[in-house]
Amino acid sequence: MKFPQPAPNAPQPPLLRMTGIGKQFGGIKVLEGVQFEVRAGEAHVLAGENGAGKSTLIKILGGIYREFAGRIELEGREERPKSPLHASELGIAIIHQELSLIGPMSVADNIFLGRLPARAGFVDRAVQEKQAAYWVQQLGLDLDVRQPVEQFPIAVQQLIEIAKALSQKARIIVMDEPTSALNAPEVHKLFGLIEALKRQACGIVYISHKMQEIERIADRITVLRDGRWIGTASAAELSAPKLIQWMVGREVSEQSPRHASHPGRELFRGENLSVFPRGRSRRPAVQDLSICVQSGEILGLGGLQGSGASELFLGLFGAYGPAVRGSVYLDGEKVELNSPRQAIQAGVALLTNDRKATGLVLPLSVIANATLADLSRLARRGWRCPNEERLAAETTTSSLRLRAASLDQPVGLLSGGNQQKVAIAKWLQVRPKLLLLDEPTRGIDVGAKQEIYQLMNEWTAQGIAIMLITSELPELLTLSDRILVLHRGRSTAEFSRAQATPERIMAAAMGSGSVSSCVKSNN
Amino acid sequence: MANSSLTQNLGRLKKILASPAGRAFLALALVLLVGAIFNAGGAFFKPGTHRDALRQMSVYGILACGLTPVIIAGGIDLAVGSLLALVAVVCARMAIHWSYPGFLAVAAGLLAGTACGSISGLITARLRVQPFIATLAMMVFARGLAKYASGGMKVSTAILGADGSYHYVEVPALFRALDHRILGGNVSVVTLVFAVCIAMAWLLMSRHQCGRYIYAIGGNEEASRLSGVPVVGIKTLVYAFSGMCAAVAGICQAAQEQQGDPEAGAGYELIAIAMVVIGGTSLMGGRGGIGLTFLGVLTIGYLDKILSINAVPEAGRLVLTGIIIIIAVLTQRRQRA
Repeated sequence: MKFPQPAPNAPQPPLLRMTGIGKQFGGIKVLEGVQFEVRAGEAHVLAGENGAGKSTLIKILGGIYREFAGRIELEGREERPKSPLHASELGIAIIHQELSLIGPMSVADNIFLGRLPARAGFVDRAVQEKQAAYWVQQLGLDLDVRQPVEQFPIAVQQLIEIAKALSQKARIIVMDEPTSALNAPEVHKLFGLIEALKRQACGIVYISHKMQEIERIADRITVLRDGRWIGTASAAELSAPKLIQWMVGREVSEQSPRHASHPGRELFRGENLSVFPRGRSRRPAVQDLSICVQSGEILGLGGLQGSGASELFLGLFGAYGPAVRGSVYLDGEKVELNSPRQAIQAGVALLTNDRKATGLVLPLSVIANATLADLSRLARRGWRCPNEERLAAETTTSSLRLRAASLDQPVGLLSGGNQQKVAIAKWLQVRPKLLLLDEPTRGIDVGAKQEIYQLMNEWTAQGIAIMLITSELPELLTLSDRILVLHRGRSTAEFSRAQATPERIMAAAMGSGSVSSCVKSNN
Repeated sequence: MANSSLTQNLGRLKKILASPAGRAFLALALVLLVGAIFNAGGAFFKPGTHRDALRQMSVYGILACGLTPVIIAGGIDLAVGSLLALVAVVCARMAIHWSYPGFLAVAAGLLAGTACGSISGLITARLRVQPFIATLAMMVFARGLAKYASGGMKVSTAILGADGSYHYVEVPALFRALDHRILGGNVSVVTLVFAVCIAMAWLLMSRHQCGRYIYAIGGNEEASRLSGVPVVGIKTLVYAFSGMCAAVAGICQAAQEQQGDPEAGAGYELIAIAMVVIGGTSLMGGRGGIGLTFLGVLTIGYLDKILSINAVPEAGRLVLTGIIIIIAVLTQRRQRA
């Protein structure tokens, strides 16, 4: 595929041209030979699955990763952003999903942070506030710039961040999923703003997982997949089905063992589930979802970032406290799971998606970690029995083929795959009926992945029901008996294994209604 | 051959020194070596010196014992010095002024200390106030309570009569018993109390499931919560335990001074924290142990004794202690890298 020639009516070099961009993390290539171009006055959508390399590319542009291969040209001049500050001096502004504003500081202070208008070292407040008010007004906002930013809703904070970018005279503005926290009128406002920025000859880089938005905003689209450049095309040329094909169009590797299905009785049923991670007054992460899993079955949950699948798991596991509305039945009995402790006692286990932050206690030994969830059963009247703990840990870890020099070793010293096995061992130890696996193979090597696939087959053969979240489509397709796809907290499609294709899942995950309805009419 | 066994031994020594316990032993050994060299005309080799050193470090040691689980759970307790004073006053009042039997005075003291500790614990664990702030508030609160309970004066055996003259009452049996020496006058009773506290805390941390939970919470609170560990209950428990140890220390202090001083124990919490840290327990939580704290107590306790028998003035003692704490903590840090 050749890079598109500049249009004849735009002889000047593009605002941004990145060519041959490559990046490695510890020997693993996450980007290779990527090219990306932004012209003045266009909105350029950067699309790709989770892990396709979009954010790595943006971090290179934003000066966060200084070591990379390739060339970056800004209006024809070669530049290498050395730091976030340097990038902003070069006219590049990045609006991250997690805002980089400092909550307790005022709007004006935030807008001018790092380059305060000062006289002899003292901030000139009057000048600063006047200028801040000017930029804020440019966005059609009417607010007191002396108020701390944390007082304003997320949508306004996002606009403040854009005001900051404008005040830095940014020409290239990168927006990473800017609408994830916005409601419909706010999104409308943002799109109006993007049009205005385009008229001022800014280049907008827009990252999104939402098909509707892409269709509405994009002038051109660049697709990345597995760290490689797949193509760049104008939005008119790239229809939704073709875009999806570009995003997922890799051959599904057949090396993962096909999961043998053993469905039995209905083990878990949730009716009209809504999960409220941040209190009932805020938008729920999952809304009116009904779901059921049979024993011996693997139900895959598909979806992109912000689908709400992880929040569903945490909610079902009681990690948010009583934050779930709807009915939950386990083995036909209605249960209330308001704390992890209750969930574990009821036979539910959750393997979290970040073993270092929420899965393991790194300074403690393999034995201590593997028995942590089951310690009171292994103890006699509260007094621990070290021999029984060792025996239990030996049994579970050897069934997982854990490789550790000693079971008394701190888990922090193990490799990623072996750490994951210790986290799994902890949950096998409590003999769960329902296993919630959130990214069970994240960050582990191929061999360990294959072992975990095998183990999942063994568990379902024993009658355990599994719900699986994975951002790797091939894994989802080969492991799941059924696949439920979520988009922004709502179910958009359900597929049997025979029906599921990467294109259909991706279309449903991006909230594209037409494809899922056509699937339903096929049934 | 001799050479290879030498390198082998050196390797083993290196391994021992790389462990936290090895480091703590090394620090203690160095302090004792300094004592053996600067022995103040042989005073260091007299059993009485060691008996006194152990007696003098016991009150601090009991506080450090209670603080260790708090620090391993990732918290801090600044209130122990004030709680010591509160309990000393309560005990002295009951035993001296009101002539209550000893066991009642002890029970009331323990209850007061444990209750205050539990309150600190509930404030940090349930209301999610930072432990530094919650226990700072408890420190001020308990000091005020101690002054209130004592009327702002030392509660001693000299009792002010209505006519402005003092009359003296006998020292209560409880205080005499605690200020006693046993085993032919070679061990003070308070040292024995310290040993019992160490043993109890060791059982809690190393043999009880609560101990494992405490390590887990300090190592990764969120992972522990998601593993079904009762985080709020365990955190409350460690502050209650710390309050109880402060109460034991307060009773011992009252017995040794034969009075309840509302100003007692000021700054003791910092010395006790230093003892825990010098043993090798991390203020970040999750790493450490009671055995290490025991070594830390001996190290600082002996350091102070050696400086005092060599007639180093208090000013110099404090400066040297501060320097040695920093050196010890720096070596602890290198071992983790």
